This record gives sequence, structure tokens and C-alpha cells, in this order.
Amino acid sequence: MILALVISILIPAMTNAQKVVCKVKGSDTCLPLSQKFAEVYNKNNAGSGISVVGGGSGVGIAALLSSTTDIAQSSRKMKMDEKMKLQDAGKAVKETIIAYDALAVIVNSSNPVSQLTREQLEGIFTGKISNWKQVGGPDMKIIVYSRETSSGTYEFFKEHVLNKKNFAASALLMAATGAVVQSVSQTKGAIGYVGLAYLEKDIKALKVSYDKGKTYVAPNVDNAKNKTYPITRPLYYYYVTASESKFKSFISFILSKEGQNIVLAEGYVPLS
Amino acid sequence: MKIRKITEKLAESVLFSSSTVTTVAVLFIIYFLFKSGIGLFNVSPLEDGYTLGIHRKNPVKELKSKQIKDIFNGDITNWKDVGGKDMDIVLFTLDELQSAYTEEQLGADFENIPACINDYVSKNEGVFAFFESRYIDTNFSGSRIDVSNVSLSEFLNGREWYPTSAPVAQFGVLPLILGTLLVSFMAILFAIPIGLITAIYMAEIASDRMRNVMKPVIELLAGIPSIVYGFFGLVVLVPTIQKVFNLPVGETALAGSIILAIMALPTIITIAEDSIRSTPVSLKEASLALGASHWQSLSRVVLPYAKSGIMAAFILGIGRAIGETMAVLMVTGNAAIMPSSILEPVRTIPATIAGELGEAPFGGTHFKALFALGIILFVITFIFNSLVELLKSKK
Repeated sequence: MILALVISILIPAMTNAQKVVCKVKGSDTCLPLSQKFAEVYNKNNAGSGISVVGGGSGVGIAALLSSTTDIAQSSRKMKMDEKMKLQDAGKAVKETIIAYDALAVIVNSSNPVSQLTREQLEGIFTGKISNWKQVGGPDMKIIVYSRETSSGTYEFFKEHVLNKKNFAASALLMAATGAVVQSVSQTKGAIGYVGLAYLEKDIKALKVSYDKGKTYVAPNVDNAKNKTYPITRPLYYYYVTASESKFKSFISFILSKEGQNIVLAEGYVPLS
Repeated sequence: MKIRKITEKLAESVLFSSSTVTTVAVLFIIYFLFKSGIGLFNVSPLEDGYTLGIHRKNPVKELKSKQIKDIFNGDITNWKDVGGKDMDIVLFTLDELQSAYTEEQLGADFENIPACINDYVSKNEGVFAFFESRYIDTNFSGSRIDVSNVSLSEFLNGREWYPTSAPVAQFGVLPLILGTLLVSFMAILFAIPIGLITAIYMAEIASDRMRNVMKPVIELLAGIPSIVYGFFGLVVLVPTIQKVFNLPVGETALAGSIILAIMALPTIITIAEDSIRSTPVSLKEASLALGASHWQSLSRVVLPYAKSGIMAAFILGIGRAIGETMAVLMVTGNAAIMPSSILEPVRTIPATIAGELGEAPFGGTHFKALFALGIILFVITFIFNSLVELLKSKK
């Protein structure tokens, strides 16, 4: 989060000198990806200047409404009331999926548990299951790590894994994804969730099942790509249809093979 | 002569205006804090611009925010648990609208949403609908549920902190207050004895060479940014505590208080040492001349003389501990539960404000709740400072 903040301050400052062609604003999850897109595109197309700012999905969409950005990047689908507000303002909005992001459920590498069902995950993260032996592991207390309540990742996990139920009050709320990885790697009974790009050797990613234990799917780029891994979310660009021509070549660059290779290299899941 | 007078007057007015500006600025900040924070008690915890609707025949009129949370959490599933008839609760939000009705029924510009909601609510007797207030049909057939405003006792005695929970947020700050007090109190317990002992050693016992090495090193501690302390705590202290006490989790109140104690030490040591050293040599010499030993003159003459300076050192050190944010945010785990021991995770008030204020919608209920937390922190510090002042004046 702090890194994203620093970057979001630095990037506009760096690109201000160039001729600004368009502005991308919103989700911090999309931020590293959009920055890479902009960096490569600006380098390849002299005279163009695409600036990228973070702030959160909600902030980006609000900026689209107030015309302070050209493109809103979002890690969630536009909410119904946001759609209505844009419609009231007379703005027809176009939605483009630029990539996918998968959330992996992680545990300490010494934990013998390697797979869980959605129902078990719900029980663990809402506090109804509190010991690893209840899900086939050793007799050890489960320590739940989560992101802060204001993060988009928190909302997504709550909606798609916990069925909109609240996290357990005893869940440890970490300010950044890096802190979740650090804590899970040094706490034996820990469980947490992070984006695919954050997976590393010190932590173990669990296979999850969304069909009550019939099939378990491992979180990796291939499974997210062929849509068998369930905790996957699309990352969106939203823009006003009328001004599309202004940055059409940038969008088609993102959707091109070259753009999607950047997606893969940055640890996200390409479209096809 | 005249010029000197004018300069003096000028200097006087500069001094006067700068201190006035400072005082006014402080008062203004306090005013802003209280104005934003107290607003919390004039609003309902229901999300702004939303309505909770039920079927016309449902006898339930008003629900507490905790009951609504339990219903949407799936912990309460029958109306009889909240004073209604024996029937299942059917939850309904805009998401269900998209699956219950086709796009055509909703209309190309969603113009039929109010009618669809009305339709759904009138057909299901057990319905509990949560939707935007502007979608209320002009002839809405259901009745609306009132959610009472956040009350002071709910705020102070509440044990659940779910500031972003929909449809109603839970603002119970008791675990946060207790967490803050626990961490600060433990930090004081560690920092004061160690700080005082070190100050005495450096002022009275250490050789000049030793002092010349120790003093700059300790003062250097004060210049390290708190996030560095926090990171040190997370990667070194937290795993150590976990191992030593054989705990399931290392992010504990203990980790927070040790880090805070380390951070408060430079302030305490530097100021206490300075005030011990400022004891006039003549006093000490007189004590020694009367036959008192080094220890006796230290404890009977020097320390009592330096008492007020040492007190000031404590206050400043403790002030740093209670208000410290970043380091604590990183090592205490931030779980908003009632602390039952120092070996469990806690969430402190400063960490909560720092972690949530940036994303809370400006002027919203959550925003106001965070300012109300600020007031509590202010009151705690105020009480503490007054207590110390009282003790000082009594002795």
C-alpha cells in the first residue's frame, strides 16, 4: 500500500513533463499493470503521455463521473448505483476487461493441509472453524490473516468466498499484502489470502474446491486462464464511449499479444 | 532610547502573536476533532442513501444495528428471533434483483427497478430488503425498518468493530480502548524503570568516555522513523516472542509494548539525564561533606531535586507511546477483540485511525467514527497528563 502510494505520487510527477494524452486512475490492484502498460506504450510511441494514478476502484469511477480521468481502472465490476449515476450524468460507459487476477489462499509451508472447500474457507475466515484438526490438519489453532477493511481485496474475498458474511473479529488485519505474506511465512497455524503475483517459496498456496470437495483446483496462471480456478476476478477499464477514439490505440495495445505478454510477466492472468 | 523601546515593543508583539497563533491553531484542531467526531451520534449506522424494507404484514418495526448485522451475516435466520412471527428471513439486495428478473423486466434504462422491488417485497412475506432509497416505488407496499442512531453507550460499550459492514456498520470501540490502554500501560512499565536507571547511570556513574559513546547512540534512536521500528518488530521481535512463549501467533500486545518502550526510551533518558545533571554541584558536595555516601546523596538529594524534570521526561515518553501509530500497526496484529492477555493480538486506536481514515468516505459515518476515536484518545491523554500534574503538585 505504501509502495503504491509512493508510486502513485511519483508517476504523475514523472509523466507530467510529457504531453499528456490520457489519464488512468483507480484500483491499486491494477496499478502495477497499468504502469507497465503506460511505460512500454509511452516508450514505443514518441509524444504520447499516459499517466497512471492509484487510489482505489471507487476513486477511479468517481473520477470518471467528475471527468477528472479518461479511464477508470477497477478491480471490481461497476456497482449498479455507479452505473445509474453515470447514466444520470449522460455518460454512456464502455467496459473492457484487460486481465484477470486470481487470489490464492495461503498457509505456512510446514502446514500439511493442502486443500480446502469453499465452505471450509468460509468457516475458517468467519471464525466458526478454529482448529486445523477440524479440516484434517494437526491439532493447532488457526490464525486468520486478512487485509484492512477498506481494501478492495478484502471486499472481493468477503463477497466471493465468505458469501458476504463478516470476517471473524479475531482476524488479524494487515496493512499491506507484503505483511500478510511475511506473517504467514513465520506463523505455523496461519492462513491468509494474496494475489497470485505474491506467491513465493516461503508460503504454501492451497487448492480450493467450489463444488463441495469433488474437485480441487490449484491457484496458478493456467487454471485461472481456463476458468477452473474459482477465486478469480477480472480487472476492468471503464471509459466514456464518446471519448474512446482518443486512446483507442492504447486499449488495442493492451489487448494485443504484446500487451498480454506484459500481463503474464507482471504475474497477472492474461485474457486468452 | 526611543529606537530601543520600539524594538522591544516589536519583539514583544512578535512573541505575543506567535504564541497566540500556536494556541489558536491547537484550539482549532481540537474544535475540528470534536465537531467531526460528535457528528457520529446524529447519524444512523445504516449506509447512507439506503433503505431497509419488509413486508407490510411483518410486525417488526425497529431493529438494533447488531440484530441487522446478525441477520445479514446468516446468524439469525428466523423473524421470531427478533420479535416477529415464526418465518424464515428472505434476504434481498440489488444483486438478487438481477437474478430474479430479466433485463427486459428491469427495463433498458433500469426504469422498472422500483416496480420490481415493490413486486418482490409484496410477494415474499419473510422478505428483508436492502436497497437504495431512490428506488422506492411511489406506491411502495412494504414497510420500512428504522435503525436507531449510534448511541454513546453503544459506541463505548460495543464490542464489535465492523466499520464497513453492510447494510449497517458496527461501531463498538471497547476492544480498541482496552487495546490502547493495555499496550501503552505495558510500554510504560518497561520504559520507565529502564529509562530512569540508564539516565542515573549516565549522569552519575558512567565515565566520560562511556557517556560520550552512549549518549549519541541513544539519541540516534529518536531519529529512526517509526516504520523502521515496526518492520524490525515484525521480522525480529514477533517471531522471537512466538518462539519464546510458544504461541500460535507472535503479533501480540507484548510485541507492541516492547517496540513502544524502545521508542519512548530516548526521550525519557535524554530529558531525565539532563535534569539529573543540572542538580547544582554545591548541593551534592554538601551532602557528601555531611558524610553521606554516593548512593545516599543520589537518592536523597539529587533525585528529589531533579524530580520535576524526571516527571516531564515520563510524560513526554508516555505521550509518544500512547499516540504512536505506525510501529504498533505493524506488530500488534490489529484484531479488534477484547484483550484477555498481553500474549494476544490487539487493535489500538491510533492504528485504527491510520489504517482506515485514508479510505473512509469524507464526511461519512465511518469518517465521523474515526474522529470520535480521536476524541477518546485525546481524553485519555488529557486525563493522564492531568493526573501527572496533580501528583507533581502534591509532592
